Amino acid sequence: MTGAADKLAERIRGRFGEAVRACKVALGEVTVEIAPERLVEVCTALRDEPELRFEQLMDLCGVDYLAYGDTDWETTEASATGFSRGRGREPEEGPRWKGPRFAVVYHLLSVTHNRRLRLRVFAPDDEFPVVPTVTGVWPSANWYEREAFDLFGIVFEGHPDLRRILTDYGFVGHPFRKDFPLSGHVEVRYDPERGRVVYEPVSIEPRVNTPRVIRRDPHCARTGDAAGEEA
Amino acid sequence: MPEIRNFTLNFGPQHPSAHGVLRLVLEMDGEVIERADPHIGLLHRATEKLAESKPFNQSIGYMDRLDYVSMMCNEHAYVLAIEKLLGIEPPIRAQYIRVMFDEVTRILNHLLWLGSHALDIGAMTVFLYCFREREDLMDCYEAVSGARMHATYYRPGGVYRDLPEEMPKYRPSKWRSEREVRRLNAEREGSLLDFLERFTERFPKRVDEYETLLTDNRIWKQRTVGIGVVPPERALALGFSGPMLRGSGIAWDLRRKQPYEVYDRLDFDIPVGTNGDCYDRYLVRIEEMRQSNRIIRQCIDWLRANPGPVMVDDHKVAPPPREEMKRDMEALIHHFKLFSEGYCVPEGEAYAAVEHPKGEFGIYIVSDGANKPYRLKIRAPGFAHLSAMDEMARGHMLADVVAIIGTQDIVFGEIDR
Repeated sequence: MTGAADKLAERIRGRFGEAVRACKVALGEVTVEIAPERLVEVCTALRDEPELRFEQLMDLCGVDYLAYGDTDWETTEASATGFSRGRGREPEEGPRWKGPRFAVVYHLLSVTHNRRLRLRVFAPDDEFPVVPTVTGVWPSANWYEREAFDLFGIVFEGHPDLRRILTDYGFVGHPFRKDFPLSGHVEVRYDPERGRVVYEPVSIEPRVNTPRVIRRDPHCARTGDAAGEEA
Repeated sequence: MPEIRNFTLNFGPQHPSAHGVLRLVLEMDGEVIERADPHIGLLHRATEKLAESKPFNQSIGYMDRLDYVSMMCNEHAYVLAIEKLLGIEPPIRAQYIRVMFDEVTRILNHLLWLGSHALDIGAMTVFLYCFREREDLMDCYEAVSGARMHATYYRPGGVYRDLPEEMPKYRPSKWRSEREVRRLNAEREGSLLDFLERFTERFPKRVDEYETLLTDNRIWKQRTVGIGVVPPERALALGFSGPMLRGSGIAWDLRRKQPYEVYDRLDFDIPVGTNGDCYDRYLVRIEEMRQSNRIIRQCIDWLRANPGPVMVDDHKVAPPPREEMKRDMEALIHHFKLFSEGYCVPEGEAYAAVEHPKGEFGIYIVSDGANKPYRLKIRAPGFAHLSAMDEMARGHMLADVVAIIGTQDIVFGEIDR
């Protein structure tokens, strides 16, 4: 299984050369990072070339790497005082993630060769993320790209009908961005006096029930090993 | 002669044939559809965002609520993705139990699909028949997990507990007489496996009954043959999977092509359609029920003969047994850590897909090494199918839209997520 994945990675690296920014095999899955300007060309080749034949786009999703690797607190060493629950995030030395913020991830499937492939494209500009559309290559991308636009604000250049899809009519903001609070910005209720539904700013305070921690201490040695193998 | 103009029809979101909260904006030329624009998201609950704020195990329950007619299959993809990242494999008995319940779930899903699809296009009786059999399978869910629908039964590393030795029984009450209870409980003698085996014995005959009502029914054929035809190359391009793809004649089934758990040890056939219309997809799903029944029987035989553990023996991921917690300090700490903080999953990303009753249900997890997923993406089969609504409905009559919604097996829990 891994042998086949390595072979596929090798073939893609050889075929697309410069367009491939990174290519790695982990857990038997091939992940290829593509330069955004050559995305459509690479995708068309991936779909049409007899050795590749990825005729299906199974999934497309946005990822926001803003808070990647950030934790609610560090636990590399035990503290004498312990931690209080629901503590807010401390200002740290800044985000750990140094690369571009937004990525689009494509999951391709080749029915002919029974293979899967994952593509990742980083949007060059964090303020206004733009990625070319692949609706011309796989029609199934249409709704997936609308979803990524809706939830992450990633603009797909050339998309025929880039509207919001999952959020409410008239929704403001892109809810799956990491800086969008889980409780949102507005809440709705029925106002009996005005006889209609009204929008108001949220009244609930955001809170953290279970802090986010990254443990690499010895008692998680097994998980540490697995991570080591991958790298 | 006055000018004839197209008009726009709003279908749903509260329409009984919309299978949930689908709002379809239809541009009509007389009774013919020119363009269909589905508006979705009325059931959007941001499952993926919620999962980012919770330890891995606490999101299993959310998976049940995605496609709420095939609960355990959703859980299955989720736990498979976590297991892939953790690098653990559940014990073989747990794998058989999962496969058995996946197939129970497939029958549950197809029965609901068949009943509602038939009801939508004018056959009332099938609905009642289907729900009779669903009730028995719901009882199996209840016996094994305590919940009839939202089971939360699969866990990373296995399943929550072993199959029960006896089925829950009815008790006489104001509403049920002694005699009726005796009759109902006669079925429920013995273990869950006995109950399920008796079900598999009678189920093929029941499927024959449904077929008697529909397969050669003239009205049924008029409503489904030649409706919503999708040629194989379009089915691939539109991202179809599961029965929607097989109905178009492509023999693709993840249980066969990319086997997970113990599917490679089981004997079953993959039905394939030829014309890619609603009728072929109906036939494919009917045959899938028979094949699922076959798989369940094989699992029952294996599970009877091979007792064993159903959860990995690793208390970083799975809770220790309750008795142990009462006397062992370490077990107590493990339990506390697992249920308060959860476990950390190594950095990386994984995509795990299962052959869900509706198609390929995939979970993509990005982990940065924390106790919560960094990003969780749910690949819902219905989402891709519904996005093809415009193409499938164009040129059909208004009444055929209902048949197309039915044949796509739309459930909004998974589409809106």
